[in-house]
Order: sequence, then C-alpha cells, then structure tokens
Amino acid sequence: MRMTCAQIIMECLLEQGVDTVFGYPGGTILNVYDEMELHGYKDKIRHILTAHEQGACHAADGYARSTGKVGVCFSTSGPGATNLTTGIATAYMDSSPVVCITCNVSENLIGKDSFQEVDITGITMPITKCNFLVRSPEELADVIREAFAIARSGRPGPVLIDIPKNITAAAVDYEPLPVEQHAAHGRLAAMLRRSSHDLKTPEPDFGDIDRLLDMIAKAKRPLVLVGGGVIRSKGAVPQFRKFAETLNAPVASTIMGGGALPGDHPLFTGMIGMHGSHASNLASAECDLLIAIGCRFSDRVATVPDDFAKQAQIVQIDIDRSEIDKNVKTHHHIIGDARRVLQLLNEKLPDHDYPQWKQWVFSHPEVPLKKDGILHPHEILETIQALTDGEAIIATDVGQHQMWSAQYYHFSRPGQLVTSGGFGTMGFGLGAAIGAKLGNPDKPVVLCTGDGSFRMNCNELATLSHYRIPVIIALFDNHTLGMVRQWQHLIYGERYSQTDLDYAPDFVKLSEAYGIPGERCVSQAELEKAMARALESKGPYFLQCDIDKDAMVHPMVSAGTPVTEFLLD
Amino acid sequence: MKTEIHTRHTLSVLVENASGVLSQVSRLFSRKGYNIESLAVGTTDDPAVSRITIEVMGDDAMMEQLMNQLRKQFSVYSVQELLPQRSIRRELVMFKVKAETSDVRNEIVQIANVFRASIIDVSIKSLTIALIGDESKAEAMQNLLETFGILELVRTGMVALERGAYTISDDNKETTEFNLGKSVL
Ligand SMILES: Cc1ncc(C[n+]2csc(CCOP(=O)(O)OP(=O)(O)O)c2C)c(N)n1
Ligand SMILES: [Mg+2]
Repeated sequence: MRMTCAQIIMECLLEQGVDTVFGYPGGTILNVYDEMELHGYKDKIRHILTAHEQGACHAADGYARSTGKVGVCFSTSGPGATNLTTGIATAYMDSSPVVCITCNVSENLIGKDSFQEVDITGITMPITKCNFLVRSPEELADVIREAFAIARSGRPGPVLIDIPKNITAAAVDYEPLPVEQHAAHGRLAAMLRRSSHDLKTPEPDFGDIDRLLDMIAKAKRPLVLVGGGVIRSKGAVPQFRKFAETLNAPVASTIMGGGALPGDHPLFTGMIGMHGSHASNLASAECDLLIAIGCRFSDRVATVPDDFAKQAQIVQIDIDRSEIDKNVKTHHHIIGDARRVLQLLNEKLPDHDYPQWKQWVFSHPEVPLKKDGILHPHEILETIQALTDGEAIIATDVGQHQMWSAQYYHFSRPGQLVTSGGFGTMGFGLGAAIGAKLGNPDKPVVLCTGDGSFRMNCNELATLSHYRIPVIIALFDNHTLGMVRQWQHLIYGERYSQTDLDYAPDFVKLSEAYGIPGERCVSQAELEKAMARALESKGPYFLQCDIDKDAMVHPMVSAGTPVTEFLLD
Repeated sequence: MKTEIHTRHTLSVLVENASGVLSQVSRLFSRKGYNIESLAVGTTDDPAVSRITIEVMGDDAMMEQLMNQLRKQFSVYSVQELLPQRSIRRELVMFKVKAETSDVRNEIVQIANVFRASIIDVSIKSLTIALIGDESKAEAMQNLLETFGILELVRTGMVALERGAYTISDDNKETTEFNLGKSVL
C-alpha cells in the first residue's frame, strides 16, 4: 500500500495496539495531525490534547507505569520538543517505556538554525534508551517498530523518534506487519542477527542461582530488598511474593518497589533509606545476607554506599549488567529478568523461617500517628485507602506529600504507585494521574500533590476538565515547599529561605474556574465526606487538604550519613 | 575522598557505523569528567561496523563502570579492554620538518631510516615523515626532529589489537550477561 509517512506513523501505532496518544500539535507535525482527520485515525486512536508538552510526556509515562504498556506522546519541533525533555528524563530515571514522536523541520532546513529547529536527538541522547533521526521514508516503519521493541524490552525506557517534516509528507510503500513478526524483518532482524543483541531473552546462569541458594542456606539474618525492577518485570510480582513467603524473611522496599509486597503484609518492613522505616534501615545494618532485586542502591537508599549493609553478603539481581557494583560493591550477582530469576529460585528454595531475627526486626517502634482533630497527612492517606478499599492508583508529585503517600498508603499491586522516584520531578503528578486514569478506567485514581508541585503544572486542570477525566486531586496544602522547609528546619538553623508559599491562589476557586468542583477540608471527618462526594461524582474533583506547615516526614536520615543514624525519629 | 590510581586504559569498541554513535560513546567519558587521550575510528571488514580505539586515564573501578555503560548502548556491539601485556598498540604520526638544505634533508632521511619511518612528501623547504609505532618511538623521533624545527605534527591516535587469535567478538559470560539488557523480545 502506498501512503504518506504521516499515515504510516498512525498505521504503525495501530500495529503496536496503541489506543491513546498524548500530544500537542505545531508546524512541523501538522501532516501527522492531519491524518487524524483526513483518514479518521482519531476514531481508532484517542488523542489527548494536553495544556503543555511536559504534561503530555508525564501522561504517557503515567499511562505506561500503571498499565505496563508503552506510553506514546507527540510534539512539534523546537520548543515543543524541548518541553518534553523533563518528562523524558523522568521516564528514563524510573525505566518507564515511553515512545516520543517529535517532528523536526524539513531536511533542507536542518542545520540552518531554521524557525523552531532544535537538535532534539542530540539533546535527549543522555536521557533516552535510544533515539532516532529518520532520514529516509523507507526506513520509517522499521524505525518505529524498533523503537517500540527497545522501549518495552529488557530494562524499559524512553525512546525518541525525530522525523523531519518533508519525510512525513513523502509517500512510500507500507506493508502492515503484525507485532509478532517484527523481529523477523528489517532493522530488528538485522540487529538480532548480531550475537550481541540476542533474539531471545537469555536465561539466567544456573550456577549463579545455585550459589545464591547456597548463600541462603548459610544465612541467619537475611533481608530482601525489592526495587522497581520487580514492578517493571511482567509477571514478577506473584513469583516475588512466593519467594518472600518461602524464604519467610523480612522484606524492605525502595519507593519504586512499592506494591511488590502488600503494604500490610506481615513480612513487610516498609520503605528503606532517607525516609525509611526504623525496621528497614536497622535491618539493613544487621542482616548477614541482603538479596536486592531490581534495585540500584541510589543515594536515597544507600546513603553511604561503603557503609550500607556492611555486615552482609550482598547479592544483586538485575536485568541491567551495568547496575552491578555501580553504587554498592556486591558479593554475588545474577543477571536476568526478575520474573525468571525468581521462578528459578522458587523451584529449588526450601521453606525457611527466622523467628528470632524477624522478632528483632519488627521490635522497633515506628513513628506514632497523631489523631487530635486537626488533619494529619497520614489521615489523608487512610481516608483514601478506606474509601477506595485500597484499590486506588496513587499518583504523586514530589516532596513531603510524596513520602507520606509512599509510607502510609498500602500498595497491593504493581503500578499502583505512580511517582517520580529517580528524577524527583515536581509537576509530574497531574499529567501522570491523567495517563494513569486513561489507562485504567475502572480504577479510582487519586493524585496526592503539594501546593508547590501543583502550581508547577496545574495547567493540566484544563485537560482534566475538557475530557472529564475522573481524577481526584488531594492537595496537601502546607503553604510551603515542605520538604525543603524540613531541611531548612533541621539543617539550616530554621532559616526558611524562599520556601513560604503563603501567596498561593485560592486553589478551590482555581479548579472551579476550570469547571472542576472543589472543596476545602480541615479535618479527617470533613475529608471523608468530601472524598465520598468526589468518588460519587464520577468526574474530576479537587480536595484541598489543609495541613500543618511544620509537619515533617519521619523518620529522616541526612544525605551522606548511614541509614541507621536518624536525624529525626 | 578516596585516592584513585589513574592508569592508562585502552578500550576497543565495536559500534554501528551510523551518525551520532561517536558522540554517544564519547559522551559517556565526558560525563565522568574523563578526557580522552586518544581516539581512532574506522570501519572494519564489515562496512556497517566501525571500530573505535579509545585511550583514557582512569582508575580501575570507574573504567569498569564506563565499559559497562558503553556495552549497554544499543549501537555498541562489543567492548574490550586491551591490557598492555596482551596487546599491540600502534599509531601513525606525521612530522612536517623544516629542511632547507640538502645536508639537513640527508640527515633527516637517515634518522627516518633508523626509525623505519618513510618520507611521504618533499618540498624545497620541508620534508614530511610518516612514522608507525607506539608513543615511546614517536617521542624519540620527535625529540630528534625538534632540533631541525617541526612545522606541524599530526597523529592518527592509537589503534590496538589483542595478541593471538582471540577477537573482540569472542563470547564469554560477560557478553551473555550484557546481551540480556539488549534483548528486544
Ligand atoms: C522541578 C523541581 N524543582 C525543585 C525541586 C526541589 N524540591 C524538592 S521537594 C520541594 C518542595 C515541594 O513542595 P510541595 O509540592 O508543596 O510539597 P511538600 O513538600 O510541601 O509536600 C522542592 C522545591 C524538585 N524536586 N523538582
Ligand atoms: Mg507544600
């Protein structure tokens, strides 16, 4: 079939089963947008026009994280493309599969500082798993197929395809090809013919598996540390739960590992690291075997790499060989997909139990939760939990509210926590919540955001309102950049430099201006009623939750000090 | 700060012969603050594949990480560190030397002969010599030629190969471990 490359793009998205695209049009991508009308692709692929390209990229990312499918976003050249970059970096740091299609100026204008020209493949080289500048119409379909394969495979990540405008207008032959056959054709086939790019996922090394089983047999105080790798690996969570329960040892989690084990599971010690629980952090220092699965020991987890789990034999299980020994020196590693490694371990792992060790780990009292009539952060999360039966997907922004969400909500399945862990992107939440809701229409989605973060990208209220996307926004309003204030309080002699946000707009009125009902809540009782109305409304809803300006995230360990030295209990 | 021992490392990298790949590779070095001492690129027996030889000063742990991150790039096919005792390294250096009299020209030609270098251009005022060797040979030659006045000097950058029949594409456990990250199915 002969068709323009603009049409081929739409056909290739259909090949991949894409049902939703987030984007924003402009001069260079006009041919692609025209296809939605000209050949009616808008009926097959829903296009969500966001308020800003950053929002589009976060939405594609939120869609990907909460569904496990590849998220897709479109933007025009120049400022459209650069607006995506924070979103791309956010996806990259948390290994989220996103394909960004940007169009660039026509080839005859490239390299001439033409209007809205930017070298976006150059700019995004460090924040994409791979990127492409399409230079011939014949290779377009192939490049798109390769881009999707790369985005979703191995350790997933964002991929960008930049297509000059003249190419989108060129007509070439297009042969539809079902996804299952992509690997046998074109560039993918050529790539896979190389020994370095194996067609099949190689098996983990059986000797490596046996060695870990030996180490487990000798261990007296094992601790499992679960990270985002187990969330990203398809089908890994059931295998992980089986592994944890057979081993019957305590399990700590990074923020990205939230949902691997249910939050109220008796083996779960909570989050580890800078805002880790006493149980998790102290266990990491006392354990004699640390089995880390799909986690990269970031500086927010292993605050002092040389000191982290220093009594333990450290075993790292990861799909990405370059993560081994990157931050923390390990004693043993297994390279493989988490699901497969855990499955192989489960085949041979006998039942264990460590009653004394577990008793010790769980003997440490955690922070007492206040209940005194005024609204406390944990009560917001308890309310969401209770009124949605723990079913809600929680998207967050970045700051104290993010940590509280990770600490107090009981995540019970992968993809239920949508948060920017690696990049810490304020302004991520609203876009991400939109993507998560569109990917999971039958699950309630609640955005837990802060007054600072929300102001960064609240422009997406327009999107929420226009498409009537039933996201409930819970804004933790402490009138401050709380997380920064917390550091200023504890480390900078209470000099609150530039962190007061007392001049905030009336957020309830702001959401009403977008046609979104809003309420203000100052107690848990009020919040419960308002939340019930929000869920009842089946539309977007805004809840301003007033909390104490001086509320802090407990516990806290300063950057660069061992995880056992709590600055704040 | 830990004290790091910086030694010279020679890396050989097989890559897809495509635009952007070289900057992708060199970016990983600059990100860590490493200055590339020498870099040579050219196609291999397969025109779709280029081989890059990179020399850089660094400590062993950082080099290991760099190699790991290189291997992870989709356009990188394989990476090998060439250890000095097990590999051969050569570069080509061209010296353009002032030579305005026949006496001087004769003297320079003799020096070139001793080094098995070749004269590749002659003019009334200059001679251009091409020398193949490692840095000690080039340095010795340079010291001698300096007395005549070096007008220009250019080097290709080191290229290197492992001794014996082993090649960069030979399989080992490490290669398999990296294949996993690149598997696209
Ligand atoms: C884009 C961006 N800019 C700055 C920061 C630094 N930062 C981290 S948390 C924080 C405060 C966030 O304030 P708010 O959204 O109100 O959340 P709170 O901590 O008050 O819950 C800031 C400024 C960041 N993470 N991202
Ligand atoms: Mg705040």
